[in-house]
Amino acid sequence: MEEQGLTQEIKPPVSTKGPGRWLKENLFNTWYNTILTCLALVFLFFAFKGFLTWAFTEAEWGVIPANFRLFMVGSYPQEQIWRVWTAIYILSVLMGLSAGLWGGLILRFVVVLSGVWFISALLPFDFELSTRGWCLGAIAMIAVSFFLGRDRTSLRSWILGGWILSFPVIMVVLRGFGENGVLTSRWGGLLLTLILAISGIVVSFPLGVFLALCRQSKLPVIRWVSTTYIEMVRGVPLITILFMGNVLIPIFMPGFDINQVLRMMLCLIFFSAAYMAENVRGGLQGVPRGQHEAAQAVGLNYVQTTLFIVLPQALRSVIPAIVGQFIALFKDTSLVSVIGLIDLLGVARSILANPKWLGLQAEVYLFVAFIYFVFCYAMSYASQDIETDLGVGKH
Amino acid sequence: MAAQENALNDPIIMCEDVHKWFDDFHVLKGITTSFQKGERAVICGPSGSGKSTFIRTLNRLEEHQRGTIIIDGVELTDDLRNINLIRQEVGMVFQQFNLFPHLTNLENITLGPIRVRKLTRTEAEEVALSLLERVDIADQAYKYPAEISGGQQQRVAIARALAMEPKIMLFDEPTSALDPEMISEVLDVMRELAHSGMTMLVVTHEMGFAREVADRVMFFDEGVVIEEAAPADFFDNPQHERTKLFISQTLQH
Ligand SMILES: Nc1ncnc2c1ncn2[C@@H]1O[C@H](COP(=O)(O)OP(=O)(O)OP(=O)(O)O)[C@@H](O)[C@H]1O
Ligand SMILES: [Mg+2]
Repeated sequence: MEEQGLTQEIKPPVSTKGPGRWLKENLFNTWYNTILTCLALVFLFFAFKGFLTWAFTEAEWGVIPANFRLFMVGSYPQEQIWRVWTAIYILSVLMGLSAGLWGGLILRFVVVLSGVWFISALLPFDFELSTRGWCLGAIAMIAVSFFLGRDRTSLRSWILGGWILSFPVIMVVLRGFGENGVLTSRWGGLLLTLILAISGIVVSFPLGVFLALCRQSKLPVIRWVSTTYIEMVRGVPLITILFMGNVLIPIFMPGFDINQVLRMMLCLIFFSAAYMAENVRGGLQGVPRGQHEAAQAVGLNYVQTTLFIVLPQALRSVIPAIVGQFIALFKDTSLVSVIGLIDLLGVARSILANPKWLGLQAEVYLFVAFIYFVFCYAMSYASQDIETDLGVGKH
Repeated sequence: MAAQENALNDPIIMCEDVHKWFDDFHVLKGITTSFQKGERAVICGPSGSGKSTFIRTLNRLEEHQRGTIIIDGVELTDDLRNINLIRQEVGMVFQQFNLFPHLTNLENITLGPIRVRKLTRTEAEEVALSLLERVDIADQAYKYPAEISGGQQQRVAIARALAMEPKIMLFDEPTSALDPEMISEVLDVMRELAHSGMTMLVVTHEMGFAREVADRVMFFDEGVVIEEAAPADFFDNPQHERTKLFISQTLQH
């Protein structure tokens, strides 16, 4: 009888944690913690009360819808706005296809995006009807391509190729040709911010990886060049690089007509790549020597060892640092207004300079901060998701 | 004696006066020896005597600075093509397993065949699964290395090396990092491999394994081969004082 009792399966103790229990254990467990909690609550109450009263009674939010176009695209001409929508539709199709094929994170992302388009289409401001139509069209694009891409594994390499081609194609679509197109000097607002940020992220990442690998090279010249580059860039404030790039790039590359947007793009890329390289190098150093040796012992050459063994391990150990750099770059794009480009922040400042909107700093800057936050938070969220997906820390 | 006669026949590894320095530190001080096809040699000796360094020079994980090493007719030089050729013929198993943690056990094995031997994924997986069968862990194919025991990891590592269809297998203390109860499962696999006719160089302190499987036991000390003999002679009738001391010490433990 007793023997049987011993071998009986024992269930783990049932956890009985309700919200009340949680509050008690974490916020009111000791007398000083209780006092701290109460103080914090009082503080939050007054802070929020002040903010909410202001937000609902005093704030003049009308400045946002009245200038919505400026916030989004700056002084991009209205009659050419179809170019922007075409670019959005190209991305929508690619995202829809990818969501159908891979699901997961990108699927969640397009669902949220469709929601945003839907709300935009219904906003009670005096948008033109055509804008509402474009918004709904974007949802349709996403939906149709989602069902087209659904589990269509044969489309895989096409979709990847599409993503790679999408950037130059979109640049051409936005610019058009010659006088009939839209000069980059008229690109602005969130559109410009996104173009600078995305090109910066997409190009500086591989460049940074390359620089990091060079810095670890056995060949002294390569190591030396890469180290010098990284240290030089890291020793100069970004704003200085932007000023210098603005004047120096045309001098270094005479004969090419490099417009200001492209100049700033190059500066951001070169700046970010140096930091990216250091982040990646941290990851490279964390890969044990035994991994290189095991890869060599099965006959992989340097490129294969790097691609299949070293980088996958190095990069996933530094995902948080890399995404931190992406986020920093996204926010740093706001510095391009120092040479006169009108990005999202630049738009805010030019609106505030208009006597009509005098004194509305709080509303305008809050809105701009909110937009920056949404994008940066999305990146942060994605990075956590990717880490979980890759099982970082587990295997 | 038998080993020496055979050496004349068909050496697959030839070492002639091999020297190796780490900076100023003379680790290998003129190793001259050869191994013939199918030979099973056990290398033992005190810590720091250069055993690992020696077998690592055989697939160029370490570079030797003087002397010649010829593997299956190809001399090991700076020539990258030769190095890659030789690495395909020489498999290696490490003390710390060194499996690739971001790949499943199956992918650990298929990587080399796909990328180096240019098999298709299906062919490589077929090879890998049959090798996992051979080392008796077919059911662990789709797990990650961190999810299986040390003994199982080492068997995956052996399968990974075998998937390249090497002519020679090098083992650097393959059981030293294992808990006692897992040692035998790895030694069983190595025993089976030895019976299949593989040329094997094994650095190990498993004297039972040496006695049972080896054709020759080599004793390293301070970068030279002090004594080499068939296991029966080596263990029962050692010539050198150092060897005697070493054997009495290892047998105590
Ligand atoms: N990369 C290296 N750089 C400098 N010295 C090294 C290096 N690798 C090994 N050594 C030294 O060379 C000597 C021989 O090392 P080796 O690893 O070959 O010894 P071993 O016989 O395998 O010893 P053990 O039984 O401890 O594994 C040791 O003194 C070691 O400290
Ligand atoms: Mg060793």
